[in-house]
Amino acid sequence: MNTHKLPPTPAKVKAETKNFNFYYGDFHALKNINLQLGENQVTALIGPSGCGKSTLLRSFNRMHDLYAGNRYEGELLLYPDDTNLVDPRVDPIEVRMRLSMVFQKPNPFPKSIYENVIYGQRVRGVTKRSVLDDKVEEALTNAALWNEVKHRLHDMAFALSGGQQQRLCIARALATDPEVLLFDEPTSALDPIATASIEELIHELKKKVTILIVTHNMQQAARVSDYTAYMYLGELIEFGVTDEIFIKPKDKRTEDYITGRFG
Amino acid sequence: MSLPAEEIAAIRANIASRKIRDLIFTGIGILCLGIAMMTIAALFVDMLVTGWERLRPEFFTEFPSRRAGQAGILSAWVGSVLVMLVTAAVAVPLGVAAGIWLEEYAPKHWITDVIEININNLAGVPSIIYGLLALGLFVYTFGLGQSVRTAGLTLALLILPVVIVATREAIRSIPQMIREAAYALGATKWQTVKDHILPYSMPGILTGIIIGLSRAIGETAPIITIGALTFIAFLPPAPITDVAPYVSFEWLKAPFTVMPIQIFNWTSRPDPNFHQNAAAAGVILVAMTLSMNALAIWLRYRLRKNIKW
Repeated sequence: MNTHKLPPTPAKVKAETKNFNFYYGDFHALKNINLQLGENQVTALIGPSGCGKSTLLRSFNRMHDLYAGNRYEGELLLYPDDTNLVDPRVDPIEVRMRLSMVFQKPNPFPKSIYENVIYGQRVRGVTKRSVLDDKVEEALTNAALWNEVKHRLHDMAFALSGGQQQRLCIARALATDPEVLLFDEPTSALDPIATASIEELIHELKKKVTILIVTHNMQQAARVSDYTAYMYLGELIEFGVTDEIFIKPKDKRTEDYITGRFG
Repeated sequence: MSLPAEEIAAIRANIASRKIRDLIFTGIGILCLGIAMMTIAALFVDMLVTGWERLRPEFFTEFPSRRAGQAGILSAWVGSVLVMLVTAAVAVPLGVAAGIWLEEYAPKHWITDVIEININNLAGVPSIIYGLLALGLFVYTFGLGQSVRTAGLTLALLILPVVIVATREAIRSIPQMIREAAYALGATKWQTVKDHILPYSMPGILTGIIIGLSRAIGETAPIITIGALTFIAFLPPAPITDVAPYVSFEWLKAPFTVMPIQIFNWTSRPDPNFHQNAAAAGVILVAMTLSMNALAIWLRYRLRKNIKW
C-alpha cells in the first residue's frame, strides 16, 4: 500500500472512460462506466466473476473486435491526444500498438525467447539486428528476466517455468513501448512465489507506464494498486484510492465483497 | 467399521463375475483385430510371393512389353510421379488457402455453414464421379487432352476436400490465446496467419497433404475415365532441356499411364506370367503408399516437437 496520500481521483489522467457501454450482441455487459486511469499509477479492477472487469480491460485494446456481434458505446479516451480508442474510425491495430496486454495464462508463442520478445517490433517492420538486440535486452531487463535467460535467448520459450513465461509475456508487451499496460489476472495460473515476483515487477513498471490490472485476488489489488474500482453486474460501483476502498468503502456492496460476504 | 467375512466374499465374487465380461470383450477385440490384420497380411504376402521373381532392377527401367518376362513399370511409375506433382501443385495451395480462409477469415453465417457441409460431402463423392466430371470439363470443355495435366487436375479435385479438412482441423487446434497474443501486439490478420497460424498448423497440414496424395496415387477409376493409356512405351518429354530456357512443360501435355492402370492392365490378361508382373507392381504401389504414410508420421513427429502451448 501507499504511504503517501493520494487525491481521491487521479491528479494526472492517462486514460478515461466516459459513459462507456459495451454489448455482447444483445447482452448489455458494461453499463455507463466512468473510470480514470492515473498516469504512472496502477489501477485495479475487482469484482465477482462475470462482473465485467475483464470485458472492460479488453475494451481498452479492442480485443472484442476479433469477435462478431460486439459493440462499444461512449468514449474511451487516451490522453494527451484525446484519441477515442473505441471509435470505429480508429484502427484497432493503432490502439494495440499503443496499449499492450498481458493475459491470464502465460501465452508465449512456440518460438524462441528472442523471437517472442521481438514480435511486436517485427510486425512493425523493424528488421535491423542491432535495434532488435537492444530492444530484447531492454525489455527483458525491465521484466526482471534478463539475468535468467541472457545465455539462452534462442531456446524455446516453453522451456521456461510458468512464472518466467509470464515475465516473458510482460517483456513482449513492454518491447513495443506501450503507454498503458493491461494485465488480465496475470497471476491466476502461477504459484505464490511467481505471483510475488510479478507483483514486485508491477510495482517497478509503474514508474515507466500506466497500468490497469484485473484481479480476483483482493489482497493482490490491495498490494499492487494505487486506485481500485469495484465492479458488479456490469456497473462500476465504487472507485477510489485503494486504501480507502479497502478500509472504509462507501458502498454496502463493495464492503460485502471486500469482507468476503459474497463473491 | 469392519465388514463381516461373508460380505467381503460377496464383494469379491461380484468383482470376479464382472471381470469375466471384461475378459470376454478383450478376447473378442483381439479376435476381430486378428481377422483384419491376417487378411491384409495374407493378401500382401501372397502378392509378394507371386511377384517376388519379377522384383528386379530391370523391372523399374523397362517399358511394358508383349513378353511378360521383359515388361517393366518405367512408364507407369514415372507417370505416377508426374501426376502426383501436378496434383500436389494444384491441391496444396488451393486446399490450404481455402482452409485458412474458412477458419480465419470467413464470417460465421449460413453461407459458410453451407460451404462447410458441402466440403465434407465432397470428400464422400465416389471417385468415378470426379472422373466423369473431369472428362467433361478438362478433356472436352477445356481441351486439355488425355494428358498428365488432366489426370493431375482430376486427382487434385479428388483430394481437395481432404486437404481443406486437414488444414481446418490443424488450424482449429491452435489455442485462441495464441491468436490474441499476436493481435494484441498489433499484428494484422495476414501477419498472424503467416507468422503463427500457418507455421503452427504445418504438421497437421502436411499430414493431410500426404494422406491425400497417398490416396490419389492408388486411384484407378477416375484415371480410366479420363482415358489413360494402358500401353505406353515412351516417357513424357523431360522437364529439363539443353536449350534455353532449359525447362519445358511439354510433359504436362503428354499421354501417360500410372501404376494402378498398369496393374489393372496386366491382371486382365490371360497369360499368367503377366499376373506375376501385376503382383510385383502391386507390391511397389503398396510400398509407395506406405512410405508416404511413414513420411507423414515422421514429419508430424519432427515438427510437433517444437510446438507446445
